[in-house]
Amino acid sequence: MTDALNKGSYDTIIIGAGHNGLVCAAYLAKAGRKVLVLEAASQPGGAAATREFHPGFRISSGAHLLTQLNPGIARELGLASHGLAYAARDLKTVALAEDGAHLVIDGASVSGVSASDAAAYGRFHTQNKRFGKVLDGFFSRRQPTLVDRSWDDAFSLLKLGWSLRRLGKDDMQDLMRVGLINIYDVANEHFDSELLKAAVAMDGVLGSHMGPRSPNTVYGYLHRHIGDAWGNTGPALVRGGMGALGQAFAAAARGFGAEIRCDSKVALVEMQGCRATGVTLESGETLLADTIISNADPKTTFEKLVGHPSLDAGFSRRVHNFRSRGVSAKLHLALDALPEFTGLDGALAGERLLLAPTMDHIERAFNHAKYGEYSQAPVMEVSIPTVHDDSLAPAGKHVLSAIVQFAPYALGQGWDTGKQAFKQLALDQLEQYAPGIGQQLLASELSTPVDLEREFGMTGGHWHHGEIALDQALLMRPMPGAHQYSTPIPGLFLCGAGSHPGGGIMGLAGRNAAEAVIKHQSNGKERAA
Amino acid sequence: MSLRPHDERMVMPTPFAPRVAALCQTNDWYTWAGYTTPNTFEEVGLEYFAMRNATGVFDLSPMTKYRITGPDSEAFLNRVMVRDVRKIKPGRVGYTVWCTDEGMVHDDGTIFHLADGDYRLCAQERCMDWLHWSTLGFDVDIADETADIAALAVQGPTSCATLRNMGLSGIENLKPFGIATFPFNGAELLVSRTGYTGDLGYELWIDAGQALPLWDALFAAGRELLIRPVGSEALGIARIEAGFIMAGEDFVPAEQVVRHGRARSPFELGLDWLVDFHKGPFTGRNALLKEQREGSRYRFVILDIEGNKPANHSFILDKHGRTIGHVTSAAWCPTAKSNIALASMNMPWGRDDDEMYAEIYYNRELAWTRLLSRCRVRRDPVFDPPRRRATPAQNL
Amino acid sequence: MKKYDAIVIGAGHNGLCNAAYLAKAGLDVLVLERNPYIGGATVSRELHTGWKYSNCSYVCSLLRPEITRDLELPRHGLQVIPYEGGVSFTRGGDYFGNYGDHERQYREMARHSVRDANAYDRFSANVMRQTRLIRKYLMTTPPDPTSFKPRDIKGLLELAESFTDMGNEGLLDTLRFWTMSIGDYLDEYFETDLIKAHMAGSGIIGTALGVYSPGTAYVLLHHYMGDVDGSVGAWGFARGGMGAVADALASSLKSFGGEIVCDADVHRVIVKGGRAVGVALADGTEYQADTVVSNLDPKRTFLECFDASDLPADVVHRAKNFKIRGSSGKLNIALDGLPTFPALPKSSKLMVSDMHASESLFELERAYDDWKAGTWSQDPYFDMLIPTQVDPTMAAPGKHMMTVFVQYCPSTLADGPWTPEKRDAFGKTVLDKLARYSPDFKDLVLDVEIRTPNEIDNEVGLTEGNIFQGELTFDQLLFNRPFPGYAQYRGPVQGMYMCGSGTHPGGGVMAAPGANAAREILMDLKKPNVVPEGYLDD
Repeated sequence: MTDALNKGSYDTIIIGAGHNGLVCAAYLAKAGRKVLVLEAASQPGGAAATREFHPGFRISSGAHLLTQLNPGIARELGLASHGLAYAARDLKTVALAEDGAHLVIDGASVSGVSASDAAAYGRFHTQNKRFGKVLDGFFSRRQPTLVDRSWDDAFSLLKLGWSLRRLGKDDMQDLMRVGLINIYDVANEHFDSELLKAAVAMDGVLGSHMGPRSPNTVYGYLHRHIGDAWGNTGPALVRGGMGALGQAFAAAARGFGAEIRCDSKVALVEMQGCRATGVTLESGETLLADTIISNADPKTTFEKLVGHPSLDAGFSRRVHNFRSRGVSAKLHLALDALPEFTGLDGALAGERLLLAPTMDHIERAFNHAKYGEYSQAPVMEVSIPTVHDDSLAPAGKHVLSAIVQFAPYALGQGWDTGKQAFKQLALDQLEQYAPGIGQQLLASELSTPVDLEREFGMTGGHWHHGEIALDQALLMRPMPGAHQYSTPIPGLFLCGAGSHPGGGIMGLAGRNAAEAVIKHQSNGKERAA
Repeated sequence: MSLRPHDERMVMPTPFAPRVAALCQTNDWYTWAGYTTPNTFEEVGLEYFAMRNATGVFDLSPMTKYRITGPDSEAFLNRVMVRDVRKIKPGRVGYTVWCTDEGMVHDDGTIFHLADGDYRLCAQERCMDWLHWSTLGFDVDIADETADIAALAVQGPTSCATLRNMGLSGIENLKPFGIATFPFNGAELLVSRTGYTGDLGYELWIDAGQALPLWDALFAAGRELLIRPVGSEALGIARIEAGFIMAGEDFVPAEQVVRHGRARSPFELGLDWLVDFHKGPFTGRNALLKEQREGSRYRFVILDIEGNKPANHSFILDKHGRTIGHVTSAAWCPTAKSNIALASMNMPWGRDDDEMYAEIYYNRELAWTRLLSRCRVRRDPVFDPPRRRATPAQNL
Repeated sequence: MKKYDAIVIGAGHNGLCNAAYLAKAGLDVLVLERNPYIGGATVSRELHTGWKYSNCSYVCSLLRPEITRDLELPRHGLQVIPYEGGVSFTRGGDYFGNYGDHERQYREMARHSVRDANAYDRFSANVMRQTRLIRKYLMTTPPDPTSFKPRDIKGLLELAESFTDMGNEGLLDTLRFWTMSIGDYLDEYFETDLIKAHMAGSGIIGTALGVYSPGTAYVLLHHYMGDVDGSVGAWGFARGGMGAVADALASSLKSFGGEIVCDADVHRVIVKGGRAVGVALADGTEYQADTVVSNLDPKRTFLECFDASDLPADVVHRAKNFKIRGSSGKLNIALDGLPTFPALPKSSKLMVSDMHASESLFELERAYDDWKAGTWSQDPYFDMLIPTQVDPTMAAPGKHMMTVFVQYCPSTLADGPWTPEKRDAFGKTVLDKLARYSPDFKDLVLDVEIRTPNEIDNEVGLTEGNIFQGELTFDQLLFNRPFPGYAQYRGPVQGMYMCGSGTHPGGGVMAAPGANAAREILMDLKKPNVVPEGYLDD
């Protein structure tokens, strides 16, 4: 069967050299597959990218903090030996207060709050870590299907059931409750400090079209904090910016024998007799392979590369209805000196800084996004990597990277007119916390979701490739008919953040996809035999 | 559709309503897709035999009619339908079904290929929602012309002569499933050699404003050829005799199914011959391939049942009295003199030599009687006269 | 002093239903009610002379037919008259009408969008699919997923089976339905804003969530899962107002020998040796019983009627965190005549349907934004009915009664507590909006009773004025209602039970919580069960 179709010199083509595509490539190559990864950009890494945005100043232009990289994958791919080095690990989170009464979260401990809040945070953190362990078991495998399940699915379900039972009655009851509710209520139940609540809430809404009061935001929080279950106490900074991580992934994939071709944008998935048989590049070149795996987001994959006409209409409808409304903009600043945040010890300037005074403030910022407006008082996650990494800017100079919310992809007035004004709002916000930062500014750049979509090819500029809402997560991700990494098109698979368990530079989607593809092929061989 | 003053009437008249109402002596009405239509005009037997013996006229204006145009209309329809729509050439009509992703039948209907890139889809059920979602990725327009087009089925052995009398010259040369147009009263009259009776017959399609002149011209032309209006009851018998299925009776439109598993695939409705796996992607293909590989759950059969008691709502039992299927439509067929039922059998039942019984209940003067009538599977419809296909059409 | 077999705290419909079943099983039952009248929020009151109307709950659909029949409520005076349809007015003078008749509904929808008119069939089928699943569980006690008891494991397996019966796609669609927002859900069916807004109302009524909050699709289901005479999703008027439901239940209770005492404000559940042994009233009177059942909401039950020292710590904690948010207000308006709505054709049957005036999902979402900010909606959603067009008992001939349910109205305002002035300002917001759609309406107004969550809380005793005794979000449904581990009607103290809408399957004048709780109590007392099974609905 394979011989008839294998007209190229590769058996597997992966569309997109984002980190999941590279992880998938590495595992498949490791398993003996001949893998070609095709990348539209001129370097691999996808949104794990470092870009010079001002002469001499480089920035992580997509993801900027590494919170969720799966340690098993890092180890199995030998990322360290392929050049991955950390400029800093286990960063603290500093929730900035305008008056300088900041609080600092370091793993399970928090300072700058009452003793009862500090104790409550400790309990909150440890319980979430236990929840994270349950999620870890679920994230690290192909999600099961509940009806017509295979032995493999049944095993996944048993494993999940067992890990839930092992939580004990109290934790299990709590998880059943909080799994579906909003971070606003949970934070209110635990804490008194508005600033602490806001810091917790930020982790529930970063990257999501949700406010703290939106149900599901606790799930968003747990998703973001999966790294805690793997032993991190905070995010890490990659030396040389996220691009270096992208390079390490690429080197690892190559190390196992995968080939990566950059500047090769895939235009179409080629079909023969309703089966995916290859891809055609924008250049017109056609490459054939038995197995095509798309690391592109589901909308790009199905709407652009495959095209609705090759899909069943009901599935088309599901693709169309898949929500990927990005709300996060990236702000990049080149600074003449290290900015001074009111009341902040300079030693903490390189930690993860949050600009979100209260949950209601975040909620109000989100309100605008619902109606296609940007926040009048945006909230931010800020990182100044140059505190830890001198390779990104000239000596003594700094770069600042911030995720700014909420900046809806489909801005009513359009980003052509809105961009400058929103950037100014973000700068004004920074100025309030770091008076004088405006004078230190050498250059600034705002990447709106529309820009991010263009730069990284992610629909809606959504870094999870699609909203992490419960109706698009876990069993359902990305949508019925395309879960479990396979698609309705024989020969076509998914491996990106749009698939289980979602985005955030974990690598799990890529690894799970590789396992699913291998399993699928061996099942196919059995059937053929 | 633009805003217009809201009409709060419960049911609507069809464009032929003044004529139909005048002729409906039984005053026996039902509501079809929001329109008032007669069950009977005078006597169901007279009406039925008008169709089988002379000409029966049925007002099918309430049929759902969509106009599908645009450069991708052929590709679009080919993706929606299980059959190869490219084989329906301009000027031809094709019978088809369309399915969900799961390979379950939404509805059946006819595609009129009016001209290049110009189609009309006629169906029992509305499907604008499904068609709309199916347009993703296609450059195609869909307009609902249900209310704009008046339609009559003119069926029976003298139907061709009637139309010729009306001045539709050359109509006898129209082949089955062919389309022809004629000028009528300053408008265009579209005639297709199609129908729901399994006999020689035509369907007439015209702008709703021309409905009454058309009716008058048709009945004037047919008077001596014994033309007669027919209601839905008579048509219902004719279609069972001809072995045609009906949405809502013989299957539940897939997206209206509430209980999982109650929908039917084309294979399960005896429509295997429509499904074309070689034409490229179409909605339901994966699921139907799987069904073909793994087997269907049901088999659709035409049953010839002993005795003369129609087997409506009957269970079909095996010789041990176990339920192995149920009747979806049934009628005593006066032309074939047969007691016919359409039935959905649990696999593997419904094979040619299976021993099966229909469990029939009937009431005579307050005494309920239970009959177990032997059934035999028929391979072909009980009514299928040569004149149905003969071209040129026979005169009488 | 007399000792009862069981005392039920609160003569709301669930308390009465619970008591009726306990009495039917032969128990000596006493119901204690704080107010001078029974019914809780299921009442008809004459607060304006000559007008006797439902001043809280106002329409009836969810009341379980099994209970209606079993307790012979019709014989005890209950008559439910179905009504159908609804209408949403637009500022431009048009409207969208919802009819019971399928084809009329189709034509009216097609007037706005042919596509939507057809999509409605798919919508109805899908909602019906979800409804069928949940209806099976209304008259059952939810299984506890953390328990290893054979009964719970069996219940969970049955639950799993009814899920798998839906097929893989059906199951995933169900999971999606339960986790989606009503806005996103409707966006998958309809293109017309007005139609979406009309449908979305059922997703937010009584709920402190917006149309784009995940979980609100389920709330819609909660309003669709009832039936009148077997017509699923239909609603009706109780003749004589909702008090007729309470009166019939009370009459049934009394026919089994049960007692009701009004003006009896229960202050404490008396706990001795880890057992509930009776209750003490605010005036010091004590009543003894082996079984104490609370029809109050979980917060009032555990935070007000118990000494915290009598309860396990986790129950106090969970009661505190129980989400019971006031989000609804209501205006009861006595009218001198029938107002006209110029948008509607003369003698339109839509006059006897629920009327609304919200045109878009954004409008509804902004109404929720106001609530979040601690104020009532400036452009509120309302659900308005004039039941006197159907019920001749509520007002003198020619006079009318209008009930206007308003979403959103917070229980606590950002600028301080409710005052009579603020309440009037809230009323004015609603009346002004209403008058935009009915120019002669204000001239006909004889009396307006304005009810904010504050009134509902103080008068009925529903904490924060939440009409469902607790939000209908998934963290508080099924085996999570009211709290995980306490969803089987048994309280944390031996001999103490819960039977209010704060327990499964929730509020909406269903009476199912009361009946389900009775079944559990009888089981514990080793008495034969007298509570009916749910209808099989194949």
